Amino acid sequence: MHTPTTGHETPNLLEMRSITKEFPGVKALADVNLKVRAGEIHAICGENGAGKSTLMKVLSGVYPHGSYTGEVYFQGAVQSFRGINASEQAGIVIIHQELALIPELSIMENIFLGNEPTRFGIIDWAAARVSAMELLARVGLSDSPDTPIKEIGVGKQQLVEIAKALNKSVKLLILDEPTAALNESDSQHLLDLIRGLKGKGITSIMISHKLNEIEQIADSITILRDGQSIETLDVARDGVNEDRIIKGMVGRTLESRFPHHTPRIGETFFEVSQWNVAHPQIPDRMVCKDSSFFVRRGEIVGFAGLMGAGRTELARSVFGRSYGKFVSGTITLDGKEVVLRNVAQAIDAGLGYVTEDRKTLGLNLLDDIKSTTVAANLKEISPHSVVDRNREFEVAEHYRQTLRTKTPSVEEGVNKLSGGNQQKVVLAKWMFTQPDLLILDEPTRGIDVGAKFEIYGIIQELANQGKGVIVISSELPELLGLSDRIYTIFEGAITGVVDQSEATPERLMRLMTSSRVPV
Amino acid sequence: MNAIKQLFGGNTRQFGMIFALVALVVFFQIMTEGVTLTSGNLMNLLNGNAYILILAIGMVLVIIAGHIDLSVGSIAAFVGITVALAIRDWDLPWWAGVLLGLALGAVIGAWQGFWVAYIGIPAFIVTLAGMMLFRGLNQFVGKSNTIPVPEDFQYIGAGYLPEVGPVTGYNNLTLLLGLATVAFVVFMGVRGRSKAVRLGAVVPPLWVHTTKLVLISAAILYATYLFATGRPGTSLPIPGIILIGLVLIYGFISSRTVIGRHIYAVGGNRQAAELSGVRSKKVNFLVMMNMAILAGLAGMIFVGRSTASGPSDGMMWELDAIAAVFIGGAAVTGGVGTVVGSIIGGLVMAVLNNGLQLLGVGADATQIIKGLVLLAAVAFDVYNKSQGKPSITGMLSRGLLTKNKPQADAIEAAQEKIPTGA
Repeated sequence: MHTPTTGHETPNLLEMRSITKEFPGVKALADVNLKVRAGEIHAICGENGAGKSTLMKVLSGVYPHGSYTGEVYFQGAVQSFRGINASEQAGIVIIHQELALIPELSIMENIFLGNEPTRFGIIDWAAARVSAMELLARVGLSDSPDTPIKEIGVGKQQLVEIAKALNKSVKLLILDEPTAALNESDSQHLLDLIRGLKGKGITSIMISHKLNEIEQIADSITILRDGQSIETLDVARDGVNEDRIIKGMVGRTLESRFPHHTPRIGETFFEVSQWNVAHPQIPDRMVCKDSSFFVRRGEIVGFAGLMGAGRTELARSVFGRSYGKFVSGTITLDGKEVVLRNVAQAIDAGLGYVTEDRKTLGLNLLDDIKSTTVAANLKEISPHSVVDRNREFEVAEHYRQTLRTKTPSVEEGVNKLSGGNQQKVVLAKWMFTQPDLLILDEPTRGIDVGAKFEIYGIIQELANQGKGVIVISSELPELLGLSDRIYTIFEGAITGVVDQSEATPERLMRLMTSSRVPV
Repeated sequence: MNAIKQLFGGNTRQFGMIFALVALVVFFQIMTEGVTLTSGNLMNLLNGNAYILILAIGMVLVIIAGHIDLSVGSIAAFVGITVALAIRDWDLPWWAGVLLGLALGAVIGAWQGFWVAYIGIPAFIVTLAGMMLFRGLNQFVGKSNTIPVPEDFQYIGAGYLPEVGPVTGYNNLTLLLGLATVAFVVFMGVRGRSKAVRLGAVVPPLWVHTTKLVLISAAILYATYLFATGRPGTSLPIPGIILIGLVLIYGFISSRTVIGRHIYAVGGNRQAAELSGVRSKKVNFLVMMNMAILAGLAGMIFVGRSTASGPSDGMMWELDAIAAVFIGGAAVTGGVGTVVGSIIGGLVMAVLNNGLQLLGVGADATQIIKGLVLLAAVAFDVYNKSQGKPSITGMLSRGLLTKNKPQADAIEAAQEKIPTGA
C-alpha cells in the first residue's frame, strides 16, 4: 500500500500536488495544491462550488486513484487510495456534514460499526464496551454507550463520529462543516475538542463557512476559488482576520456575464413580515426567525446566504407552507393580507417557486416537455377537467420558441435535456402560471455559462413585465449582477438589506457570516 | 402514430407487448391446430379472465401512483358474498345488488385510502391487513358457505348480447359494435394525425400510420367475426363488454384528464407534484378507493359467472392483477404504466394459460412458465433501462417512425453531468 518516496522528504503530513479532477464538461479542480503540516489545524475556505468537497473526496479515496491527476503524499509517501477503506487504513478519516450514524443503534454499536472487535468471528462486546468507554472519555461524552443515537443531540452525535474516528487510530481528521448544525455552545465544545486532539498529535482539516470559528481555531488556511487553490495563509504570521479570508474567497472580478438591464421598479406589492417557521421535525428549532422583507413590481430581489442559512426554508414556507411548521407571520399581497395554506392557494394567489434542486424537487423526469410545461397550471388548458392536448402542445411550443429551448420537439422527455434546457422548461412551467411574484431558488446551478446568460435574460424580461422576482443564489457575483436589492440571511434570520449600488462581495459576505449588526 | 399512441396510451414500449401477444396467439394457433382462435375458446378466454383484467385496470393506477394493493381478491370475495346474501335474504333486484356491491367497494376503498393517504401507512401494509380482514369478513358473513345467486344476476358474469334484427347467421349487435369500433378508430386516427400535422408536431410517415390503422381495423374485424359466429345464443360476452367499456373510460381518464395527470405526477415525483400544486393525499385516496370499487365489480362478475359466491373466491387474484400490470410495462417505483398496457399484459398471461391448457400442459408446468415469463418481461425492461436504451421495439419504432434520432442523440451527448456539491 505504501510506496516508498523517491527523494521527496517533506515535513508536511499531507501534500496534495497539482490535483486536477474533471467531470464531463466541468473542471472541478484545476492544479490544486494543499500542504498540511503535522499537528496543525488547517482550514479550507471557499464559496459553494469552489471545490472543497471534491478535494476532500480525492484525498479520502472516494474518487479513486486514477480518476484524477496529481499526487497525494501522506506521511512522506505517495498514496494511491482506491477507496475510503484504503485511506482509513492509512489513518485519514473524514467526517461528513451529513453524519453517517445509524439512529436506531447505540453509541457503542455505531462506534464499532464496520470495525467490530471479534473473537473467533463473534463480536466481543465486553472488549468493545471497555474501549468505547475509553473513547467516549477522550471526546468528553458522558452518556452511556448503550444510549441509542437518536436520543442524543446533533452536538453529541458529532462527538460520537469523532470517537469512531479515534477508534480507527486516526492521524488526519477531516471535518466537513462540523458545526453547521450545532448551536453556539455545542460548537464551542467541538472546537475545544479539536484543539485538544491537536495537543495529542492529531492533525485536522476543517471545512467551514463560519469564518469567525476559522479565525479562532485554524493555524493555517487554504483558500479555494473556482476549483483552484488561491493561497495558503499562516494565521499567526500573516495576521489573518475575517476580511482577509473574504477577500481571498470572492476576489474575482465581475465579468460582463449579464445582459444589460435598466430596472423599472414600481410600488411594493408583496410583503412578508415577522415570519417565524419551525423545523418540520424539531419543533423548537426555528428555521425562519422574525424574517421581514418586501418586493416591488419590476424588481429583482436577491437572497444571499450560505448553504443551510435558511434561504430555501424561507422561500418554501412562504410558498404555501411547503416547508416546516408555520408559527407566525403575515403575507401582504397588493395591500391585502393573504393566508396561503397550501401550494395550490399560493399558485392561485400569483406566486411561483422554481425549486433549487431541479431533479428531485422540480421535475418529474419521466415526463415529456409539453406535459411538464403545463403541469402547474393544468386547469388553464383543461375545460371540464379534460386536458386539451392541442392547447398543451401550443403552449409548450410557444415557450420552446420564446425561451429558445434546444430540443428536437416538445414531445421529448425532460431527462434528455441538458441542465440549462431543463431549467428553461421549469421556467416555462412557472411562467405559464402567470405569477406576479416568481421565486427562483439557485436558478443557474449546474448550468453552463452560455445558458446562464440566457436565463438571466429571461429573469430580467420577467421583471420588465412588472413581475416581482426573488433570486436565491449561493453565487455572489450572480446576485450582484442581477439583483436590484439584496437581503442577506444567516442562521434563519435576515441580517441586512443592501441596494445594488452599495453592494460589494465583502459587505455581503460579512452579513452572510455573522449575526452581528452590520457596521 | 400519435392517434394510435393515444389509442394505446402513448407508450412505444407497449407495442412490444402487442407483438409478443400476437406471436403467442399465432404460436398456440399453430400448436393447437386452430383451436385457439375459435369462437368458443375466445369467449372462454374472455369470460374466464375479465375479472382479472378489470382488477388490472385499477391496479395499474395504484401502481402508477407508487403503491400496491394486495387486498383486491379478498375485497372481491367480501363484496361478492355480501351481495349474494343481500339478494337472497332481502329480495333485492339484480341491479340493486350491483349498486350495493359498488357502494360497499367504495366504503372499503375509503377505509384503505384513509390509512394510506392521510395517515401515511404504506399501502403494502394497509392492504396486507385488508387481505386478511376482508377474507375473514367474507367467511364471517357467509359462515363459510357457498351462496347461490339468481339467474338475472348471473347475466353480468355469463350473459351474451341478445339476438336482434334480421337473421343473418351472425350476432347482429356484435357485428354492429365491431363496425362502429373500426369506424371510430379510423376517424380518431385520421383526425389526430391531421391535427398533429396542423400544429407542426413530428408525425411518422403516412404509410406507417395507414398500415397501423389497417392492422388494427383488421384485428378488430377478425375478433368481431369470431365473436359473432359462435354457436347460436352467444356473442361478445357481457363481461367483455363491461371490460371494453372500462378500458375506454379509464384509458381516457388516465391519459386525458387532470386527475389522470396528477396520478402520474404523484407517482413520478411526489415532491415535485406537491410543489406544483397537486394534492397528493387526495390523489392517493382516490386511487385506493377506485381500486376497491373495481375489485367489488370484479367480485360480482365472478359470482355471476360461477352462479354462486364462496369462501375461497378471489384467492390470488391480486397477484395475477399485479403480474399483468408489470408485464404491461409499469414500473415498481411508480410513475410509469398504462391501462391498455396492463390489459395486454393480462392477455399475455391469459393466452399463455389458455394455450398451455389446450396443449394439455399440467398446472405445475404452466405455473413455472408463467413465473418465468413475468420475470423475463420485467428483466428485459430493467436491463434496457440500466443500459440507457429504450426497449428493442422502442428502438425499432424510434428509428423507423421518427427521423430525428441523430438530433436526440446529440442532445443526449451534450447533456452535462455535473456532480452535486463540490
